[in-house]
Amino acid sequence: MAELSVNHLLGIKELTRDDIELIFETADHFKEVINRPIKKVPSLRDFTIANLFFENSTRTRTSFELAQKRLSADVVNFSSSTSSVKKGETLIDTANNILAMKVDMVVMRHASVGAPHFLSKYVDANILNAGDGTHEHPTQALLDSYSIRERLGQVEGKKVCIFGDILHSRVALSNIFALQKQGAEVMVCGPNSLLPKYIQDLGVKVELDVKKALEWCDVANILRIQLERQGGDISYFPSLREYSQYFGINKELLDSLDKEIVLMHPGPINRGIEVTTDVIDSENGIVLDQVENGVAVRMAVLYLLAQKRKGLSLG
Amino acid sequence: MATINSKIVGMQKVILDKELLEITINRLCQQLIENHNDFENSVLIGLQPKGVFLAERIKKSLKEITGKEMPLGCLDVTFFRDDFRRRNTPLKANATDMPFLIEGKRVVFIDDVLFSGRSIRAALDAMTAYGRPAQVELLVLVDRKYTRELPIQADYVGTHINSMLSQAVVVQWEGINGNEEDSVVLLNREE
Repeated sequence: MAELSVNHLLGIKELTRDDIELIFETADHFKEVINRPIKKVPSLRDFTIANLFFENSTRTRTSFELAQKRLSADVVNFSSSTSSVKKGETLIDTANNILAMKVDMVVMRHASVGAPHFLSKYVDANILNAGDGTHEHPTQALLDSYSIRERLGQVEGKKVCIFGDILHSRVALSNIFALQKQGAEVMVCGPNSLLPKYIQDLGVKVELDVKKALEWCDVANILRIQLERQGGDISYFPSLREYSQYFGINKELLDSLDKEIVLMHPGPINRGIEVTTDVIDSENGIVLDQVENGVAVRMAVLYLLAQKRKGLSLG
Repeated sequence: MATINSKIVGMQKVILDKELLEITINRLCQQLIENHNDFENSVLIGLQPKGVFLAERIKKSLKEITGKEMPLGCLDVTFFRDDFRRRNTPLKANATDMPFLIEGKRVVFIDDVLFSGRSIRAALDAMTAYGRPAQVELLVLVDRKYTRELPIQADYVGTHINSMLSQAVVVQWEGINGNEEDSVVLLNREE
């Protein structure tokens, strides 16, 4: 197949394994494109894309914007802090107002779970989820899997452990779906207070001991400890110092293993808390590969979704 | 109009058999040598997917004749095509491998069949990502006459044929897609 089975990228859950394969094959070609002297192709030159970021984002938005520009699309950016959302406009009104300006595709990040799914039912544009609450962040999971595939040759059969705050993480959920669809084994590891109840029902292993988890896995995807959630009304662990002592990944731990582990982090990294600098900056760390691959993978998703929108129109 | 994927029916007619194809490739090489002398500043670019096989052949024959290893790149034009979102069958991209810059070079595009001319237009666009060449020429194995949709002509032509839109020209290479022998055939497609 050379076409996605979906018209929107709402989550990894809706994708098939063939879809993921197609995205990766297409991303291979775009990765070559972004390493050319002139890093631009004209595929989406008749396309306008709105980036609606109702939640803060630097990395994802920059990556999407770069991907869109490298495909020659016209881009409008919209962030909630500068928009009429502050004045009480509803999501549908905001989206329809933007669509009235003839936009073909919407990339959206929203604090509410399901916001992109809701939008996809009511507006005539391809919707791309750039993170909805604690639910899914599909492009991050795709670029993570793509980076594993690039480093280890394939995702199938690999053992991947996700460390840290699983409870609040859309990256974790999307990664679990993506990895399982590609035939990888998934484990989650973190303090009990940051693991969702019943997470094992998704078919993932649960481990509370970092050393045991590291002994098991081929790839460690270390998530960010969301400092903003700590120390407010609820604290999920006693102190950062204690967290890094019990759950931080450091050189000593990795040296005690008799194997090499690929280390990933979606960023931004809290150096010295979830992982130490010497470890994440070592040659086993692929953080910057993830960032580079992010542009290629997002180009692939944008291109393949655009392909589903047939023909020119005058309206 | 028949689409690319439509079923092949009826008899096939061989336009070039193995022997004739060999002679044709040789002649194309001699013509290249005539124009490019020592190939000091020339590069070959095979157009993905099918032009690459011919380009490799040309490169091999040129080496046999002149003893020189010609730089060869392959260029995929999928992202530069003008029928994106306009065709029924989705496009699938192929790998681009351009190990050199073409700034100031004499470029020879190599493709198997010249039909509408649209992929050549896309290739002219795609090429500019690697620099501004001094000159661009086009070499094709088969020129289908009267089917051009753009003002594009080849500089080196293996053979010209008159064919109908309902027909397809297929270049088969030994060992690729299970073909036993090199040949160029004309097929009828089901409407």
